Amino acid sequence: MVDADIVERVLRSALMSGGDFAEVFVEEKATFSAALDDGNVEELSSGVARGAGIRVRFGETTGFAHTADLSERGLIRAAEAASAVARRSSAKTSTVALSQRLFVPVDVDTIIATSISKDRKVELLLRLDAAARSAGASIRQVGASYGDSFRRFLVANSNGTFVEEEQIRTRISVSTVAVGDTGMQGGYETVARTMGFELIDEIDLEELARTAANRAITKLSARPAPSGKLPVVLNGRGGGVLFHEACGHGLEADHISKNSSVYTGKIGERVASPLVTLLDDGTVGKQWGTYRYDDEGNEAKSNVLIKDGVLVDYMWDQNQSDRAERVSSGNGRRQSYAHLPMVRMTNTYLTAGESNPQEIIADTEYGIYIAQLGGGQVNTATGDFVFGMTEAYLIENGEITAPLREANLIGNGPEVLRNIDAVADDFSMVPGTCGKDGQSVPVGCGQPTLRITEVTIGGTANG
Amino acid sequence: MDDLEKAVKYIKSAMADGEAMEAFILSEREVSIRIYELEIESLTTAESSGVGIRIVRDGRTGISYSGTLERDAITRAIEEARDNSRFGTPDEFAGVAEFDGVEPPSMSSQWSHELLSTPMEKKIELARDLERLTRRFDRRIRSLNSSNYGESAYASAIINSNGIERYSEATYCWAYAHALAGEGDESQSGFGMSAAKNFGEIDIEFAASEAATKATRMLGATKPRSMRTMVIFEPEVTRSFTSIVAGTLSAERVQKGRSFFANRIGEAVASSKLTLVDDPTDERFFAAVPIDDEGLASRRNVMIDRGELKGYFYDTYTARKDGVKSTGSANRGGIAGSTSPGPRGCYFEAGIKSREDLIKEVDSAVLIQSISGVHSGVNPISGDFSVGAEGVVVTNGELGEPIKEFTISSTIQKMLGDVHEVASDLTFRLGSAAGMTLAIGDVSLSGN
Repeated sequence: MVDADIVERVLRSALMSGGDFAEVFVEEKATFSAALDDGNVEELSSGVARGAGIRVRFGETTGFAHTADLSERGLIRAAEAASAVARRSSAKTSTVALSQRLFVPVDVDTIIATSISKDRKVELLLRLDAAARSAGASIRQVGASYGDSFRRFLVANSNGTFVEEEQIRTRISVSTVAVGDTGMQGGYETVARTMGFELIDEIDLEELARTAANRAITKLSARPAPSGKLPVVLNGRGGGVLFHEACGHGLEADHISKNSSVYTGKIGERVASPLVTLLDDGTVGKQWGTYRYDDEGNEAKSNVLIKDGVLVDYMWDQNQSDRAERVSSGNGRRQSYAHLPMVRMTNTYLTAGESNPQEIIADTEYGIYIAQLGGGQVNTATGDFVFGMTEAYLIENGEITAPLREANLIGNGPEVLRNIDAVADDFSMVPGTCGKDGQSVPVGCGQPTLRITEVTIGGTANG
Repeated sequence: MDDLEKAVKYIKSAMADGEAMEAFILSEREVSIRIYELEIESLTTAESSGVGIRIVRDGRTGISYSGTLERDAITRAIEEARDNSRFGTPDEFAGVAEFDGVEPPSMSSQWSHELLSTPMEKKIELARDLERLTRRFDRRIRSLNSSNYGESAYASAIINSNGIERYSEATYCWAYAHALAGEGDESQSGFGMSAAKNFGEIDIEFAASEAATKATRMLGATKPRSMRTMVIFEPEVTRSFTSIVAGTLSAERVQKGRSFFANRIGEAVASSKLTLVDDPTDERFFAAVPIDDEGLASRRNVMIDRGELKGYFYDTYTARKDGVKSTGSANRGGIAGSTSPGPRGCYFEAGIKSREDLIKEVDSAVLIQSISGVHSGVNPISGDFSVGAEGVVVTNGELGEPIKEFTISSTIQKMLGDVHEVASDLTFRLGSAAGMTLAIGDVSLSGN
């Protein structure tokens, strides 16, 4: 993307005024998206963004500048802007010797989306629309969208790292609105992977559309969710995001070093039920949060965070691992060249247990069965979280009964981890978008079916 | 901003017969400073620009964008938009904006030379001072997650094949702190912010006291028992609530059958105490702009008048579909996005009663300091509303003990009807909505 000798010269000028570490990140990302709504193909959209972000670290201080000008002159100007924070130190001569460039292309069997005609992508939307509408007469609105992206980046730093990587992602989603006597309800389903157009051969598009349609239809007969503390059985398809939010964020080393996480200083301690083993793993298949090297040029790893209920480790990026004098766990990510990297999750999941999912439900006298959670939010300082339930049912006498209207559930991450009393032998992973400090990155969230002894449900029905 | 004018000239020369074209061109400079324990944790300076192109041929729309303003990149974006337009379903209402006879209001300059000429060292010092003030505010403030300064200066142009060519430019700056308060094993966090057009107008004492107060007053918070109660929203919470309500009034949502406000114009949809205004030209908004994102004049629209629904937000496309005029409400999500109608500067009209009197006259309520899970807990189709919250119990007009880890639930429709009192303390901050202290009766609070 940029020649090695130019990269070296840019790194040298970034360190001209001193500094402990300098990095050049050059990125080009092309996206395509198409959407269908109410039977009409809406505008197709595509485009390219490219640019470079340069950072210089001096002690605890980071200077960062980004530019869309990829000429040597533009890069050097950004390097000088980034190094402005280091001006107060005495200049030292820096030599930068880059390693041999490590090129990580997409897999050979990847079908690059730009090689597929736009007609074929539009045709997918029409299939999704037809399938969703055939699910029931109450389906009045169907939205379908297809998106792909091809991202290529180069990252080089003063430690010699020099990695260039290609990442391809494809995402398909369906949203529906069903109308009945009780009003309108919405349903949604999405599939997203770190792979090319070959994704289409791996999934059942019609099934995806029917799932979104049935969610809306089911909720037409939903009753208000109860209010108060109840046992909750979380289905593997829908719940992984809870652990991403409620536990994952608190295990990011930047929160730990600022003492703004409830998990600070708890390594080696029991923080969860012994049934809980939690991993963050950037190497899982072609999941939404998967990559080969992170945005700092460190290799993705499979990291055990909690083992049998005991806290084993946090997640680390370059900055935090340098401070702690350890290796990065491959969790340094950034939304784009215009953002500073920070500690981010990849695919975060709870490993499967030994119980039978049906038996867990049968063993619950009264509670909530959650088939799909919506988005959520956590305060890492306290561990308090809130989540929307987008598909949920009552459990009465060990059986799943009435569907429930949407409501939030609220709780505390550490408490939920301690209150898991059954973990099933099934497992699934779903894609999500994780936001932190204004940056969004794709992640995967997974879990088996499990039960939490009590969570507060924010419904409107009394007890 | 020479690049912007060059790009405008070039794009105009590339417009072709037989198609409608619109270009949105943006050039932006940003600074952000993050302080931790009085040291600079990061200092970011950035320049970015880009163009978004929309082309309509035979009723089919295609869009494209480029993250640079280089001539080749613009050419590619135009070609790509043209190609993309081949695939859409023909739609007789598709097109770009036309002059509607409404002139953009003359507004005082949104461009602050004072801000841009202030040296970086002073901006760094301001963020440091914010940390010092926040710590000094209360001995229970143990640390700050960060203390931040940020500024943005942008210039944009919208041009289209109907001859619209309008420019806007603005600067604004802000400072915010994340305070962590602690006592024993417990810790609580609080957020405080101040935003302004000029550097000298940032009020860090306000931001510090807000962050410190919000963090310390939650110490000792317990989980309340479930009940039905009146809630009093802090201005920041009202701001979120206002955005949610206004968002459901988008004509796009209505036309797509995704709003519970469909077919309700002229009906009472809220308490007669409530008037919802959208006025992006109101200069109390830091991001006030004379034009919308299709180049039409921004204007004041009354959406709900003393409880009665008056209308929806329209852009050019949705207006044509309904046979009405655009309300100048086109919003664009950056250069890569298409436009859709929605609020651009909305607020409930302030009442007469002061915040203090409002609280003083309440027998029993919960003052809601912050809500969470808004994107997942509010369903704009059905109106179901269920969010996480923390706050302080109000008894006989006095603030009492803090409570946390509970949800408040109702429906948007019911909450609008249950508005009890709108206070006078309308507060403007960053963003396209403003809020005041607002009391809403009969909400379900779920706790223990």
